[in-house]
Amino acid sequence: MTVLTDTAAPGTPAPVFYVADEHEHPEGSSTYLGFWIYVMSDCLIFACLFAAFGVLGGNYAAGPAPKDVFELPIVAVNTAMLLLSSITYGFAMLAMDRNKVGSTLGWLVVTALFGAAFVGIELHEFAGLIHEGATPQRSAFLSSFFTLVGTHGLHVTSGLVWMVVLMVQVATKGLIQANKRRLLCLSMFWHFLDVVWIGVFTFVYLLGMLR
Amino acid sequence: MRRLRSIALLSCLTLLGGCKAIVLNPAGDVAIQQRDALLDSVWLMLLVIVPVMTLTVLFAWHYRKSNEAARYEPDWDHSTQLELIIWGAPLLIIIALGAVTWMSTHLLDPFRPIDRIAEGKPVPESAKTIEIDVVALDWKWLFIYPQYGIATLNQAAVPINKEVAFRITSSSVMNAFYIPAMAGMIYAMPGMETQLHAVMNETGVFRGLSANYSGSGFAGMHFAFTSLSAADFDKWVAQVKAGGGALDRNAYLALEQPSENVPPKTFGTVDPTLFRLAVNQCVDSGKMCLDEMMAIDAKGGLGLAGINNVMPLVYDKYARRGAGPTRAYVAALCQRNAATGTAATTADLARQISASVHLSPLQATDAE
Amino acid sequence: MNPTLQKEIFGRLTLDAIPYHEPILIVTFLGVAVGGLAVLGAITYLRAWGYLWKDWFTSVDHKKIGVMYIVLAVVMLLRGFADALMMRMQQALASDGGQGYLPAHHYDQIFTAHGVIMIFFVAMPFVTGLINLVMPLQIGARDVSFPFLNSFSFWMTVAGAVLTMISLFVGEYARTGWLAYPPLSEAAYSADAGVDYYIWGLQIAGIGTLLSGINMICTIVKLRAPGMTLMRMPVFTWTALCTNILIVAAFPVLTAVLALLSLDRYLGFNFFSNDFGGNPMMYVNLIWIWGHPEVYILILPAFGVFSEVTATFAGKSLFGYTSMVYATLVITILSYLVWLHHFFTMGSGSSVNSFFGITTMIISIPTGAKMFNWLFTMYRGRIRFEVPMMWTIAFMLTFVLGGMTGVMLAVPPADFVLHNSLFLIAHFHNVIIGGVLFGMFAGVNYWFPKAFGFKLDPFWGKMSFWFWVSGFYFAFMPLYVLGFMGVTRRLRVIDDPSLHIWFLIAAFGAVLIFIGIASFLVQIAVSFKNREALADTTGDPWNGRTLEWSTSSPPPAYNFAFTPVVHEIDAWWDMKQHGYVRPLTGFKPIHMPKNTAAGLILAAFATIFGFAMIWHIWWLAIGSFAAAIATGIAHTFNYHRDFYIPADDVARTESERTQALSAKA
Repeated sequence: MTVLTDTAAPGTPAPVFYVADEHEHPEGSSTYLGFWIYVMSDCLIFACLFAAFGVLGGNYAAGPAPKDVFELPIVAVNTAMLLLSSITYGFAMLAMDRNKVGSTLGWLVVTALFGAAFVGIELHEFAGLIHEGATPQRSAFLSSFFTLVGTHGLHVTSGLVWMVVLMVQVATKGLIQANKRRLLCLSMFWHFLDVVWIGVFTFVYLLGMLR
Repeated sequence: MRRLRSIALLSCLTLLGGCKAIVLNPAGDVAIQQRDALLDSVWLMLLVIVPVMTLTVLFAWHYRKSNEAARYEPDWDHSTQLELIIWGAPLLIIIALGAVTWMSTHLLDPFRPIDRIAEGKPVPESAKTIEIDVVALDWKWLFIYPQYGIATLNQAAVPINKEVAFRITSSSVMNAFYIPAMAGMIYAMPGMETQLHAVMNETGVFRGLSANYSGSGFAGMHFAFTSLSAADFDKWVAQVKAGGGALDRNAYLALEQPSENVPPKTFGTVDPTLFRLAVNQCVDSGKMCLDEMMAIDAKGGLGLAGINNVMPLVYDKYARRGAGPTRAYVAALCQRNAATGTAATTADLARQISASVHLSPLQATDAE
Repeated sequence: MNPTLQKEIFGRLTLDAIPYHEPILIVTFLGVAVGGLAVLGAITYLRAWGYLWKDWFTSVDHKKIGVMYIVLAVVMLLRGFADALMMRMQQALASDGGQGYLPAHHYDQIFTAHGVIMIFFVAMPFVTGLINLVMPLQIGARDVSFPFLNSFSFWMTVAGAVLTMISLFVGEYARTGWLAYPPLSEAAYSADAGVDYYIWGLQIAGIGTLLSGINMICTIVKLRAPGMTLMRMPVFTWTALCTNILIVAAFPVLTAVLALLSLDRYLGFNFFSNDFGGNPMMYVNLIWIWGHPEVYILILPAFGVFSEVTATFAGKSLFGYTSMVYATLVITILSYLVWLHHFFTMGSGSSVNSFFGITTMIISIPTGAKMFNWLFTMYRGRIRFEVPMMWTIAFMLTFVLGGMTGVMLAVPPADFVLHNSLFLIAHFHNVIIGGVLFGMFAGVNYWFPKAFGFKLDPFWGKMSFWFWVSGFYFAFMPLYVLGFMGVTRRLRVIDDPSLHIWFLIAAFGAVLIFIGIASFLVQIAVSFKNREALADTTGDPWNGRTLEWSTSSPPPAYNFAFTPVVHEIDAWWDMKQHGYVRPLTGFKPIHMPKNTAAGLILAAFATIFGFAMIWHIWWLAIGSFAAAIATGIAHTFNYHRDFYIPADDVARTESERTQALSAKA
């Protein structure tokens, strides 16, 4: 970095007051930090929903309790879907690192399928509950359950939409810098949802069964 | 300290034009202690406020630009001693104030029975506590005297120098129960019971009110609070008893209909279970009481079988309780179910929900 | 029309929602319509649409966005203050045995709208606007980290404000108080569209605020000029950082709690209902977990402004920079540990109450330290009483009173007698007007020349100052007194005629404040008219200390032709001390973001979506939501969002400045 200097009191070492030869600020240099902060703020929304579940989770309003409505085996399958999708996303990122467009896209498709399976199973679970009459209107427990799990599901769904958009962009533009950055952001988001789901599985389903 | 207090009090009072400032010059021991805690905090704060304000004016004046005689040191921006003082002095004050706060908060906890009726006068062993159950209705106050079997609306009376224990709830939305002359306020909340223990030391008529906005009739939600000598209080009770009027469950359900600026009223007899039912939202005999519901929940709910058992749990989900046309809608649903002998189904519930979503006051008028 | 079809098309919106039977609203509507048409006509007449669209509405320049935020704040201030004036008039008229002129249905909307508008659409945009305008300049950056996001955030805030304003003429606003406590805000008790306006206005504006918070944090963390370590950042930038950390950590809670309330209202969930195990107190806790940090979100930047102003006009470096920074950080952290003091009277145990009371008091320690720091900055200074400094002195004298009454309210037993009283109202207006608003006026007077290249007229500035300050005391000291008389807030009718005089004094104070606001508007008009005489060609009209004064007024789009290098806390002062000479050659092309209308379009769809949700027009809600998503996705396909300002253009701009500077000399 060459630097221009300006006048100062003679005899003293002249301080440098500006950068003459500027280094490039690449576009999006703060994106990871910004996206990470966004993820943390999203985490706070989940924290509120967990808190609401913590407060209301035992208020069954003389209706069904978790043990009456949860089916752990199907939730376990669901959890596996999401965890697998996180692993396959990791493979997609490895492929991206090696600049392999086809392999990246392939792994993204697999990830999206696992994600879609997760959302599908969750919708199936919700439909079953509502069919039984265990609607979110039935009790504060069910309200907070549907909201927490449903918000997570909505996040996964929007992650899927994003993933499809990115697949189109990678397919058309290739693995350019901007697309790599976006893939990394989605990766952060996807793994974050995974972590949240582990919280949901533990606090809502496992501990709920023990209530 | 005491003299200081009275001097300041005096100056405050002259400032506020006599004894209108009820918060600074209350008529009950609890409010007096709360006032004292308030004034303590003022004195402690003034220790730092006064110097800051004086110095602000002084520095601003002395170091004005036109005063060439004042010292000017553009690079003086640090002094460890000063830093110690400006962090230390407030810290010491807050430590003192924190101690005052901790003690006074515990002593003046409204849920805690009082242990003195005035300074230096502990509550006598034999003294009977006057119990008053308070229900905030839309938009009036109901007082039930369980020991006397009477109730009053928008007026209350207590004997002086006797501990009074209020149990407070609300029928619909949040209110705050506040008699400035007697003690600080406490919220009145639906489905919950709060408590207040206090005492009156002077006779007179004082103002009681709701301090938390609760809807369109809120401004008129106040009552006359009378403190009487023991003999006068007994007379008053006898009068109320003689005045007749009965407050049973049906009368309560009629009373909780929203109404504004309701004149005071008395009831010579009262259903003794009424307050418990009001707290638990089950004055309406078709409703499940909240305590019962919570007991069921603590045992793990009623399982899938309980899913359809919803009508007894609907208190005010779809309309202000006791309010007009929407209530008629819900009632009609109940009757129909009562006629067929089945509980309301989820489909009914769903229909209600969709109805509530589309309800606007304008359309509700149409439906009428 | 067939009622079913009508419902399909218009939801629950009917002609009855237009309040044509309320003369006050009709007159207001006519006033707004005539005024609005006049403004639109003037813009058309001046052929300014293209200019506004190209140079302002679609701009991603942080300075312009900052200015637009402040314009929004001032416009909404007029609305919020009109509400205040109506309340004061109502209480003055209705404390003398009468009923006043406002029915409960109208009065209850007004106090709710006043609170919401003043906090969300006046104070917040003011603060965000100043941060946008000043902070990137102070850290020697060319723009914020995410310029498009900045534009989007701004327009989302506008969208929230627009929805709130629509409620004036279509339907009604919430009648619940500004925090909409359930069960009152539940569908059972507030079935009409009022609370829905409240929810969607805040949700949409809240998204903007949150994104802007993320943006500002990234900007401060990533884009500081070389040499500007954290402990060399100007204090205003420090407070901006802390405020935005608070925003990011607090606004998600608001989003969540309002979402839960909407689920209750729209789908019959049971979070805060009385039925089926709901818990209204959870709402109160959650909303204050957002609400208390919100207070510090507003006040911290004001503290920053006072720090800059005091140092500049005392001609000294700020006393105790380090302790000022730590005080700010301590306040930031503590602001999360005090929320329960807003409802001591809800019956928490005495240990819980004491804990929150004492944490609240502890906040007064760093705040007090700040106060002393400003004091000792003045000590041995050469104080010039320009308008910004006058606001600062008024702040110091007023804010300590607010601090004292705040500590009184933090003592739970004292709070039991003062909570929800007019004393409380006086207290928070004392800190919000005496702190935030005075700070914003100091900031506007201080940085106006930087933004526009000419100073604000000092005479009208002083008029505005004196009317505001005296108006504040007349309006709120009586409320302290009334609080001691046990008078509570939100009363439409006061049936004790002996209190009449106090309400009259308060109303008189409101009129003085009205003159203060009018003087401020006159000040801007007069200054614009005399802009030649008030022009600032130096870029440094106040002999400033921080980097924003090193560039021209107004700064060029790229802010700095060369990125500055920082060696001291007061970087520009340091440069001046060392006889810094502007470089005149060697310019390079400068990399800048392109303007885009995407943010505005997204916010427009958000407004339509909010309106459709409020009135249950489901087809429109779905359509506008889909359109917004599609716009967002389409925007991601635009990979060309930046351009280079050619070196020749930079050289031309800089040589113009050289000429201006030498003409001055």
